[in-house]
Amino acid sequence: MLFSQLGYYSLIFGLFFSLIIFPISYKDLQFKNQLISINVLKFVFFQLISVLLSFIFLVFSFVNSDFSNETVYNNSHSAKPLLYKISGTWGNHEGSLLLCLLVLTLFIFVFLLTSKKEPKKYQIFTLLFQQIIIVGFFLFLLFTSNPFNHLFPIPEEGLGLNPILQDPILAIHPPILYLGYIGSSIIFSSSLAAIIQNYVDSEWAKSLKKWIIASWFFLTIGILLGSIWAYYELGWGGFWFWDPVENISLMPWLCLTALLHSIIVLEKRKLLASWTLVLSIATFTLSMCGTFLVRSGILNSVHTFANDPERGIFILIFLFFLILASLFIFFVMHKPKIREEQKSFLFSKETSILVNNLFMMYFLSCILIGTIYPIFLEVIANEKISVGPPFYNKLLIPFLIPFLIFMSIGPNVKWVKDNFNLVNKKLILIFIVCVLVSYLIINKSGYKNLYITILTISSLYLFIMTINDFFKKSQINLGQRISHFGFSLLILCIILNGVFSTETITNIKVGEKYNFKGGTIYFQKLNNFKEENYISIIGTFSIKEKDKNEIYLKPELRIFDQPDMITSEADIKTTIFSDKFLVMNLVKGNNYYNIRYQTKPFMIWIWLSTIILAFGALLNFYNKKRK
Amino acid sequence: MKKNTLFLIILIFTIFCFIVLLKGLSKDNSYKPNINFGKKLSSFEGKNFFNDQLINSNELFNENKIYVLNIWASWCAPCRAEHSVLMELKKNKLIEIIGINYKDNLTNAKKFVDEYGNPYSEILIDEDGTIAISLGAYGIPETIVVDKNQIILKKFFGAISNKSLNEINSLTK
Repeated sequence: MLFSQLGYYSLIFGLFFSLIIFPISYKDLQFKNQLISINVLKFVFFQLISVLLSFIFLVFSFVNSDFSNETVYNNSHSAKPLLYKISGTWGNHEGSLLLCLLVLTLFIFVFLLTSKKEPKKYQIFTLLFQQIIIVGFFLFLLFTSNPFNHLFPIPEEGLGLNPILQDPILAIHPPILYLGYIGSSIIFSSSLAAIIQNYVDSEWAKSLKKWIIASWFFLTIGILLGSIWAYYELGWGGFWFWDPVENISLMPWLCLTALLHSIIVLEKRKLLASWTLVLSIATFTLSMCGTFLVRSGILNSVHTFANDPERGIFILIFLFFLILASLFIFFVMHKPKIREEQKSFLFSKETSILVNNLFMMYFLSCILIGTIYPIFLEVIANEKISVGPPFYNKLLIPFLIPFLIFMSIGPNVKWVKDNFNLVNKKLILIFIVCVLVSYLIINKSGYKNLYITILTISSLYLFIMTINDFFKKSQINLGQRISHFGFSLLILCIILNGVFSTETITNIKVGEKYNFKGGTIYFQKLNNFKEENYISIIGTFSIKEKDKNEIYLKPELRIFDQPDMITSEADIKTTIFSDKFLVMNLVKGNNYYNIRYQTKPFMIWIWLSTIILAFGALLNFYNKKRK
Repeated sequence: MKKNTLFLIILIFTIFCFIVLLKGLSKDNSYKPNINFGKKLSSFEGKNFFNDQLINSNELFNENKIYVLNIWASWCAPCRAEHSVLMELKKNKLIEIIGINYKDNLTNAKKFVDEYGNPYSEILIDEDGTIAISLGAYGIPETIVVDKNQIILKKFFGAISNKSLNEINSLTK
């Protein structure tokens, strides 16, 4: 009760500080001193502290199970383990927005601390734009989604948290994803500031790059954690479903990846300035667009969130205000300082990065259309459809092949101008080896599909080429090489996983044996346990496959009572080469269980390669600092 | 293209998106059936879901019943949502539900039916989407109600609701 009120008032103080920051930083623009005034910094710090306090008070309310707070009442329960009480703070709409606000204020404070060498006016304009976003979030929180709403009479018990969200990975997934999403707000604000200050040059690119890398890193890890959660918890035996909410996180990622490359061209060659600005603005806009689509409930998705049209209208208006403002600033105030018609050659690093960007934009537009089209169709023609994997596979795979081939050549091309001597005997030999190996792989899998064969060839080729790069003399771009290696490994593992996965589905009861192609499944026993907030039913299965040792798998069903819900936990045995995945479900009305046994090759490598991909970029960051 | 023209085009497009999304927020989630009833269903052919035998549409509609053609796929989220309604509809003995499994992975589709139950008396595989095209479907899920003469009585775009269930059931009274 007390914490809720303290939290509410510190939130109001935070908004109040925003209102002070606007006039004093505007005043600071007039002064001719080099550094930003200490008063401005102070108030930005105060604002950060008040939002932080507000967030901590909300965490306290959750830990204490203070059900006089509406958010706690709706999303928590006194029987819940402490970790999930804490993670419950950001596992709901109101709390997650408060967390977003915290990240927004934290980032602008860090930005001001770390960019003292930048022009003062540029810093102040960045602060102003960031404050506009912050005020938007404050108003949204206070007027439509107040996390500190009071309930009277005080309920005895809370409504519980969705049990499917009670998972350690999911406890850290949202904060990390927000760091990525909201981190792009700094990129957005500083791009607009750079346009106004006519500061779009290589210095700016250099300073912005670290923010791009940081956001990109968090977004990559955030998406990875979401995928891992889907794989272990949803029990569908996959890691990517082209679900709208997944697509929404992938779109800013693609945009940010394009930006990560184009900013290097701006830094090194002073080219692509306008394009880089477009990407900077688009990344945050896509993140906000994602927030709108998820939070307004306009989408049909497996991810369920509270639907509230009022909230939707607020985010929509705010989103379009940001889009229109940035369009206006970009078109009216952007005066390209750098002459864009600087000489560039067809066969050069800048061209290859541009080609990379074009591919990224193609992938991005496919996903954008697939996600948005159902909404447009429903509004315009009143028809409801669902765009699924066939759409994405048809549109993305044909372009993935040239992209992979291109990626194996592009990074090695020199700046300004290069010769065609990259194509030599060694590469042709490697290519032929790839063709042969891929043919053998595909033949073994019995997949006989030309598409898949060519895809395997190109990803294998890229994989070998990225390894080959490590043996080159200069190791300036070690981070880039590691990232590219991680990416090639990721794609290769996804393809091999798709080609070699096997699946057996059957209904079975205790004591029964089931023979499938290649082995036997034996349902040995079933045990019940009472856990803190659910009943657990664990089945024991022994699986004997040809030429392999017998393995035991124990999938679990959890029956929650707050709210009434059953979740199935897959049991997964992970080895270096493959995952054995077993999940069981109740079959209503009899004592049979529906089981699904899958072998999924190279699963662990899909996760590891994504981590390599992300940390490669981070290494880049570290190198910069050391220099 | 001149900068101003580009600006104007993007501006108009942005405003268009805004209006569509705003309308999308306030839309009513019910579905209106198409008004073009009374036409005869064009004939189609497809493999049987369970035994791979070819079935012609003319073999399907031979009893004096109401036939409900439901186009579905295991990857389609609204299909999952409407499935319980189809299971409910199955209880009406005067109705036969025929499934058209649209561009699906057969294993996933079978899993789907195992898990959620099978309301269909027959399922035809529509691997490349040609049956759906010949039925004039726009997307999935889509449900077409015909009588034994294959005359279209009703059409539902998107997941069918309990309201649609009553509408279909009332046709048998």
